[in-house]
This record gives sequence, structure tokens and C-alpha cells, in this order.
Amino acid sequence: MAVPALRGAPVRTPARRPRLSFVRQVLTVASKDLRSELRTKEALNSSLAFALVILLLFSFAFEPTEAQTREISGGLLWLVFAFAGALILNRSFARELANDCLDALIAAPMSGAALFLGKALANFALLLAVELVCLPVFGVFYNVHWTGRLPSLLVVIVLGTWGVTVVGTIFSALTVNLRLRELMLPMLVYPILIPCLLAAVQLTSPLVMGQPLTPELMIWLRLLVVFDVIFTALAVALVETVMVR
Amino acid sequence: MRDKAVAVSSWLAALLLAGNLALILLVFPDEQEQGPIFRIIFFHVPMAWTAFVAFFAALIASILYLASKNLRYDAFAAAVTEVGLAFGAANLLTGMIWGRVIWGAFWVWDPRLTSMLVGWLLYAGYVMLRRAIEEPTERARMSAVVSIFAFADVPIIFFSIQWWRTHHPQPVVWGSSGGHMSPEYWFMLFFNWIPILLVGYLLLELRMRQERLSRELDALRREAHAL
Repeated sequence: MAVPALRGAPVRTPARRPRLSFVRQVLTVASKDLRSELRTKEALNSSLAFALVILLLFSFAFEPTEAQTREISGGLLWLVFAFAGALILNRSFARELANDCLDALIAAPMSGAALFLGKALANFALLLAVELVCLPVFGVFYNVHWTGRLPSLLVVIVLGTWGVTVVGTIFSALTVNLRLRELMLPMLVYPILIPCLLAAVQLTSPLVMGQPLTPELMIWLRLLVVFDVIFTALAVALVETVMVR
Repeated sequence: MRDKAVAVSSWLAALLLAGNLALILLVFPDEQEQGPIFRIIFFHVPMAWTAFVAFFAALIASILYLASKNLRYDAFAAAVTEVGLAFGAANLLTGMIWGRVIWGAFWVWDPRLTSMLVGWLLYAGYVMLRRAIEEPTERARMSAVVSIFAFADVPIIFFSIQWWRTHHPQPVVWGSSGGHMSPEYWFMLFFNWIPILLVGYLLLELRMRQERLSRELDALRREAHAL
């Protein structure tokens, strides 16, 4: 805003801090979330412990021999990831309830999209960290050599995890004020995630077994990308509706 | 006016259903591969269509609510989603009865069956969410968002499950129920859709009435509270 110059008086514009660019806003929210999480490690520890317990429980559900485990490894891993993700996502907005932090965040001079993407990015990093710990533990427990196709496997994990976090974060915002939010979040999110999880499972099992991605598997990779794009767009479009009261 | 519409459509639905049932049960011969059980298709398939129409109507009403903030659209979306769930459940149940006779099992992971179940669960989540929120405008806003998310997911679910099942051996190939059905059966399939849609309309009307009454009760209670 230009201050109209008074005749004879020197023009003085008040010193204002420039507004952060959109990317900086996103990164600021994400780093704030990650910092506060790393200081308490509330969600991270519980999610990690939960994931390890489930990995252990699977060994009772079936004979953990090598061949059998490899065939269903994709399904096992993504179930663990989905459960661990629900714990992280539950905390994402619930953490802001204390001291009315959520109202402050909504009132902050940035768009809802920036707040949402920042939170999603932080959740993505946390869930990815849990997954990268689970993967070697899974390999050791079930004697699976999963490193053969590591780059492709990482691409699948990144795409699948983004799908889980982007849907999970918007529903975390949606359920934050509910009494039964810990229950409602997985109830709503898991059915929506079925195509994403299905594609990730179909891709992970052969990759863990060391097989390359055949052309017929590429349809699942495309599905993952399409899912991520559609739901990222939808979530960004609807986030203001969800958060602004 | 509305009462008249309700009365007319209930009589029409009853008459059509009775007539169609007589035709289906007494006039149509057994199908040569499936025997008598094939007749369930005249209810099974129109019910699935009705459920899809209902969920689509819920999507439109949800978008209209977000655009206008008029709570009547929200009441319509809630009512039509529940009607869709009822027809979805009936579709699943009739499908299971048919599957028990033809496939020998109540449930096989056929792509259409699985997609219907996932869609049903999505909208069951919608209804549960509505129960969990007290404040009317917040409930309307949140459930409209869920309805949009759910409908956007339905085609993705359908295609992904289709691709998934084609990678596995099919339990039974869909034979005589699709493709080469004779024209009078096709006609009956569509003709029986009319009474089923009418029943859907009746359920919707009743449910909307309930919503309206509960809103009026709410307003009265608030008025009494203010005094």
C-alpha cells in the first residue's frame, strides 16, 4: 500500500515484512509440525511401537516361512503402514486443539491450502520415517531380502505414502472436533484408500521378491499417480470448506 | 400436493410390483442354465441402479449445499444417501442369495460385488459421521465434503478392483446373466425399475419429512430455551 506523499515532507513507507511466498508458508508449517513432533515424539514413538507389534503379530497369523511371506509381503507391509499412518494422522490436527492453536493457525496470514500442504508434508515425512524403520525389521523377522529393487520400491513407497497422507490429513482436519475422532478417522479413510493401497500392494510384492516392474504392472503405478493427483487436488480445493468455521 | 404424490406413487408401486411379480414368477419360464433363481436379477440389478442414482443425487445435493448453505439440500443429501444404502444392502443381499445357488458360496470376490461393498462402506462412514456431529451447519459442511470425496473415489475403486480381479482366476465366468438376454427380459429389467424407483422416492420422502420435523423440533426447543 503506497502512502500518499505529503507536500514537502519526505516520503516514508513503514517498514513491513514481506509476506512469505506460498512455498515458504508450506515449509514453515511443515517444519513447525516436525519440530514439535520431534521434541515430544508422541506420534512417532507410538506409531513405531504399534507397527512393530503388528509385524510381530503377523508371524502368528501364518507360518512365517520365506516363500509364503514373500508372496504376501506387499499386503503385510501396507497393512502395517496404513495402521501406523492412522496414529500419526490422528495426532496431526488434534495436537493443535490445546491452547486454541488451531484457531491461531487458521487466522494466520496464509491460505488454507498452505496450511494443509504443510501439515500433509510433515505427516508424509513422519510416516515415511516409520516405514523406513519397518522395512528392514520386516526383512530380518521374515528373512526377506528386500533390497534387490530398492529404487523402484522407494518410488512405490513414496507414491503410496503420499496417497495415504493426503487423504488422511484432510480427514484428520475434518474429524478433529469429533468426540470419536480416533474411531472415525480410520472408518472414513480406509475405504477411500482402497485403490491406493491395492495398487501399492500389487507393486510392492514383486519388488520385494526382486522381480522387475513388468509392463502389466505399470497400470498400478499409473493408478497410484492418478490417485495422488486427484485427491491432492480435491483436498486442496476443499480444505477451506473443512477448516474455516 | 406432496401427500397426493406420496399416495399416488405408493399405489402405483404396489400395483406395478404385484403385476411384475406375477409376470416374473408365473409367466416367465426358468432360464436353461440357471434354473428358477435367475428371476432375482429383475430386483438385483434395478436396485443397484437405484443405489447409484441415489449416491449421484447425494453428490449433487452436497455440492449445492456448499454453494448455497441451504440446509434443505443437506437434508436431501442425508436422506438420499440412506436410501442409497438401503438399496445397496438389498442389492448385496440378493446378489449373495444368487451367488449361493449359482456359485455355491454366499460371497466370492467378484469385482462388482467387491466394489459395491466398498462403496457401501464409504457411505456407511458418511452416515456414521453425521451421527457424530451435533451442530447442524458443521454436520452439513463436513458430510458434504465426505460425500464429494466418496463419489470421486467410486470410479477409481471400480476400475482398480476390476483390474485386480482380472489378474486372478475368476471363480465363475459371468455367463447367461449378461450379454445374450432376450428382449422381453431386458424390458422387464427396466420395467421393474419403475416400482423400485417409486419405493425409493417414498423412502426419501418419509426420511425428508423426518428431517424437517426434527429441524422444527429443534427450533421449538431453542425457542423454549430462549423464553
